Amino acid sequence: MLSSQNFVDQLTDKGFNFFTGVPCSLLSGLISCLEKTPDVPYIPAVREDAAVGLCAGAYMAGSLPVLLMQNSGLGYCLNAFTSLNLIYKIPTLVIMSWRGCGGNDAPEHIIMGKINEDLLKAAGMDYAVITPENHRDVLERAVRKINEELPFTLLVKKGIFDERH
Amino acid sequence: MKGTEAFQELIPLLKDQPVVHANGYICRESFQLQDREANFYMIGSMGLASSIGLGVALCRPDKKVIIFDGDGNVLMSMGTLAMIAATAPKNLVHIVFDNQVYESTGSQRSLSGSVPLEEVARSSGYPVALKVSKKEEVKPAFEKLMNGDGPGFLLIKVDPVFDPKTGRVTHTPEEIKTRFMNALGRREEGSRN
Repeated sequence: MLSSQNFVDQLTDKGFNFFTGVPCSLLSGLISCLEKTPDVPYIPAVREDAAVGLCAGAYMAGSLPVLLMQNSGLGYCLNAFTSLNLIYKIPTLVIMSWRGCGGNDAPEHIIMGKINEDLLKAAGMDYAVITPENHRDVLERAVRKINEELPFTLLVKKGIFDERH
Repeated sequence: MKGTEAFQELIPLLKDQPVVHANGYICRESFQLQDREANFYMIGSMGLASSIGLGVALCRPDKKVIIFDGDGNVLMSMGTLAMIAATAPKNLVHIVFDNQVYESTGSQRSLSGSVPLEEVARSSGYPVALKVSKKEEVKPAFEKLMNGDGPGFLLIKVDPVFDPKTGRVTHTPEEIKTRFMNALGRREEGSRN
């Protein structure tokens, strides 16, 4: 298991300084740490696509944004990713919980869990599945993508981060 | 008042402020009348002009940030009004051109004829929310918002008389972004506009 605080520290060390999102229990540790981090905002968003817009504005205004969300919000975001981020080249680091992974979750998560990776691939959104072993490497990969001004998604399975709820 | 007339009243009042434009007729009218480097033309992602503008405003408190929004966009993302009210950036001015239709797709009816958006903004928590419907009211209302603390909301009721021959924005999306970012520049610590 990864320490949420340690990962938040890695993100801020990399220069990420604007955080927003819609909560997921799998990301509750990360959000809890972010809310206690001085000097970087965590803005609660009403819906995931509004958080995509917020991140886009923050990036153009000189910040480096991170969006935390559950994969149930991916559908809401597809138009924003394809008609904003990808065509304007506006990067955002997306930390997305992978509910329904492996088909073992509540019924409302099963279908999205199954098509989550296919949807990202079809939309042309580069991503990696984060593990305790690869987390430094995939974060480096994300930063390289963001330097190319493209979004990057880290998919988070259950139990990767310590949860606080 | 025609939509074009509302833009004609507002555009001469702009200095170097960043203006985030909603998609459709808002982008096209404004681009046609006066293209500006500090204009962000959102050509897709309907509903997100308000959240993009909020992101800019939160990260650049030294700049007055303006959103040119439409009734269809606001209705699509009504929750963003709550985000703006809750984060309460003093430097944000949210202007909505309300023609009560989805004009660039053939003037299909929107719901803003039945839902007073300025009241929605006010009850969400915008400290100031104004509504105007006459041409001569536009300038004083805009100046009131620009000179006061925000977030301010201005609903401009306009007639749905968009000319479909009005051209589209000709810059590529990447050009729009690069120009906008260059116009915004970097924040100087302690500076105020």
